[in-house]
Amino acid sequence: MANLQSNFLGIKSPNPFWLASAPPTDKKINVLRAFEAGWGGVVWKTLGSQVKNVSSRYSSLDYNGRKAVGFNNIELISDRPLDINLKEIKEVLQLFPDRAMVVSLMADNDKKSWHELIKKVEDTGAHGLELNFGCPHGMVERGMGAAVGQDPEIAKMVVEWVMEIATIPVITKLTPNVHSAVPGAIAAIEGGSNGISLINTIQSITGINLDTLVPNPNVAGKSVYGGYCGPAVKPIALKMLTSIAQHEKIKAIPISGIGGITTWKDAAEFMLLGASNVQVCTAAMISGFKIITDLCDGLNNWMDEKGYTTINDFVGLSVPKITKWEELDINYHIVAKINQDACIHCGLCYIACEDTSHQSIYIERGIPYNTYTIKEDECVGCNLCKIVCPVNDCITMLEQRKDDEYLNWTEFVKRGLPLNDH
Amino acid sequence: MIQNNKLTEEQYTKNFCDIHPPFEHDEAAAIEANRCLNCYDAPCTKLCPTSIDVPLFIKQISSGNIKGSAKTILSANIMGAGCSKVCPVEKLCEGACVYNFLDEEPINIAKLQRYSTEKAMEKKWKLFSRKDSLGKKVAVVGAGPAGLACAHALSLQGIDVTIYEKEAKAGGLMNYGVAAYKVTSQFCKEEVDYILSLGGIKMEYNKALGKDISLAELQQNFDAVFLGIGVGVARALEIPGEDLQGVEDAISFIYNIRTNDYSKIKVGDNVAVIGMGMTAIDAATQSKRLGAKEVTLIYRRTENEKPCTDVELDIAKLDGCAFIWLASPKEIVGENGIVKKFVCNKMTLGEPDVSGRRAPIETGETFSLDVDMVIKAAGQIPFENLVKDASLQNKNGKINIEKNGNTNLKGVFAGGDAVNGGKEVVDAVQAGKDGAKGILEYLDI
Ligand SMILES: Cc1cc2nc3c(=O)[nH]c(=O)nc-3n(C[C@H](O)[C@H](O)[C@H](O)COP(=O)(O)OP(=O)(O)OC[C@H]3O[C@@H](n4cnc5c(N)ncnc54)[C@H](O)[C@@H]3O)c2cc1C
Ligand SMILES: Cc1cc2nc3c(=O)[nH]c(=O)nc-3n(C[C@H](O)[C@H](O)[C@H](O)COP(=O)(O)O)c2cc1C
Ligand code: SF4
Repeated sequence: MANLQSNFLGIKSPNPFWLASAPPTDKKINVLRAFEAGWGGVVWKTLGSQVKNVSSRYSSLDYNGRKAVGFNNIELISDRPLDINLKEIKEVLQLFPDRAMVVSLMADNDKKSWHELIKKVEDTGAHGLELNFGCPHGMVERGMGAAVGQDPEIAKMVVEWVMEIATIPVITKLTPNVHSAVPGAIAAIEGGSNGISLINTIQSITGINLDTLVPNPNVAGKSVYGGYCGPAVKPIALKMLTSIAQHEKIKAIPISGIGGITTWKDAAEFMLLGASNVQVCTAAMISGFKIITDLCDGLNNWMDEKGYTTINDFVGLSVPKITKWEELDINYHIVAKINQDACIHCGLCYIACEDTSHQSIYIERGIPYNTYTIKEDECVGCNLCKIVCPVNDCITMLEQRKDDEYLNWTEFVKRGLPLNDH
Repeated sequence: MIQNNKLTEEQYTKNFCDIHPPFEHDEAAAIEANRCLNCYDAPCTKLCPTSIDVPLFIKQISSGNIKGSAKTILSANIMGAGCSKVCPVEKLCEGACVYNFLDEEPINIAKLQRYSTEKAMEKKWKLFSRKDSLGKKVAVVGAGPAGLACAHALSLQGIDVTIYEKEAKAGGLMNYGVAAYKVTSQFCKEEVDYILSLGGIKMEYNKALGKDISLAELQQNFDAVFLGIGVGVARALEIPGEDLQGVEDAISFIYNIRTNDYSKIKVGDNVAVIGMGMTAIDAATQSKRLGAKEVTLIYRRTENEKPCTDVELDIAKLDGCAFIWLASPKEIVGENGIVKKFVCNKMTLGEPDVSGRRAPIETGETFSLDVDMVIKAAGQIPFENLVKDASLQNKNGKINIEKNGNTNLKGVFAGGDAVNGGKEVVDAVQAGKDGAKGILEYLDI
């Protein structure tokens, strides 16, 4: 049994899975249920000046019959009275002292408001603070949320205000609605933030009702840009995470990874790319708190198989494996091979390669089944056929190096080596 | 004893309800549609005699374009709705589905096809419109699948079509042959109406070729003729006792089931059915469903050589029919002119015959069964006299055609069971399409 315990900036939790600041963490009744189900911690739904929400609030991107591969919301920060939130946080802390309780904050844009809010929250006994610089809708128009996160100077200033009085660890949550997450992260660290979390939601329109022509979600015939999350955003989150985990100035800073985490595999990937723990929102909203069972169990079994005894054994291991394009080895070459015994003759590899890749698959027509084989000389090793093949391991990619020597693009150009002639 | 009204109204209704029920929910159809891998040069399409673009129509269901899906199906096969209920898909599209290689249930193609086409019929979608009349006239004889498909394809191109049909209803064996638990008369009528809603097709019912009209007349009055007359009664056994009371021809037995109330159909207690093709299975299962106590199918070869599919055999097995393999009819014995006993030769398999299957040969031993009804379903006979009288080149009454359906007579085309001797509805539809193509070429259109 691997040890799943997590220690993020001194905040301990029995496992590295926290619920992200969002509806699953917006009141006592939810959070108690989450802790009963086994979640390691929560980031309480963002507190600030009380707001009012609209109806409806969510919409989703569905794909080939799969619901909510992407999820969108136009909700604001907590719309409940601050006093009630604070009282409930305190009560939950008493009932579950072993779980992480971090509180997300977005005060009005002045130092005094931030200081007052932080004091009140610290009085509850919470273990940490998360600064919400990421919310892309509603709050931005009021100069808060992503409006802060998108401007490194303002971000730094607000973090400085916070650090003046905070006595518990502070995590700054970054917005992905920027061309690079790095400047915001540097600003937060320079302002004194103890850790970083990312990503918040990405501005989006998920779709339009083709009968009414109103984009989703519909609020009395109108809609607004929402915040996108769920499985579809994982690749973007991973990239942003890596750009911070690799950056010389800030790479030592603990990061809490967020964005589309649905399974233990997703979580392992975030950790391998430098997240010390992870936060989950959409997956819990779509499937309920029970998903924590397999998140923990799957991660544990993988760690056992790999021989990792603690989380720290593998955090960041894949970070050095992301390099610059110019450093990739041009002499490395693979070609596809189709296992004829496993092939089910669907032809998906053929048509993908023929229509959109390199016309590298032979077809021998038959009734009703065609036979497909790779033209090894033509194959560029792009992986497309393997990606579309419905049978695992039917198509394998065989290594056929062009040369033993490692050769990168810079060297290639320097030597004046020939480019493709067709 | 041979008797009608053996069951209650509820029992009849239950026994003859739809054997392949449709999707009850749109979501269920979408889930199934999304399971489709959308193969390239799809095996299912290749094994469909009408070459329906299966991956396309399934993709259209999954994208919510049901109208497009129905059009994809019906432009390849105008009887796509009926075919979704009667096709032996286990040896056609679904049998070819690549999921079979993964020992995974094939895509339920027929059920999805039914989903789209039934919606089209129910909502009366006008998916086709015919070109303006070109002033050319074609006569189609027989309103079965072949004749209807031919007429529809011709009318689309602006040909004025007249169909001569000897019965009072269109649909051919869809109406009078196919098992009652696959299609209802009501459905057949709706399907025919939907096909004819294109316009340009005039129906002449109760007009039989060779009786009310002659081929020469048709050749004279029309620019071309298509013959889709199907085949006739069941082949005789040519054994003693065949004319005893209680010996029935499967085709007329089923014709009666399809044209009367179930309670009016007489069936024995102990029924022997001769043959193991689709018609034999249908006669056996429907005898059982009408209240026969014991139904025994008798076939001269073994299960390996059977002409029906495994799925059909399973229907008969689940209905509780018994099977005697390697047995050939020798004599039907009666008492007071009524069937009593059925005597069979025991057979064994010898060398392969022309069909490539091992030929059954007599062992010299016999056995007998106590029965009160014998149903003959050992193949159907073509309308040999009609064909010969019209000077059509033929093989034992099966009309000879070339590619695109032309016969030896100028401007006379043929297709369907009348040519192939009896296959499936879907083959007849394709034959009708081929005939129409041949006629359009012949008319230089
Ligand atoms: C018992 C039985 C069960 C079957 N079950 C199935 C099944 O489940 N699935 C399947 O796909 N196929 C099944 N078939 C086969 C299928 O019904 C036929 O292959 C198909 O109907 C052939 O179509 P057709 O148009 O060539 O002939 P038919 O359907 O026979 O149509 C011929 C038409 O021509 C008319 N006609 C005949 N002679 C004349 C004349 N002299 N003048 C004017 N009109 C005339 C007939 O009344 C009829 O309407 C079954 C057949 C039988 C006998
Ligand atoms: C309905 C909804 C409300 C959210 N509210 C907040 C919030 O108040 N504060 C915050 O920091 N993030 C909020 N988020 C963003 C999530 O905490 C999280 O960063 C984002 O959804 C990505 O993670 P996921 O893909 O696991 O959902 C909200 C997300 C959703 C779906
Ligand atoms: S790897 Fe790419 S180029 Fe090679 S056969 Fe597959 S699809 Fe074609």
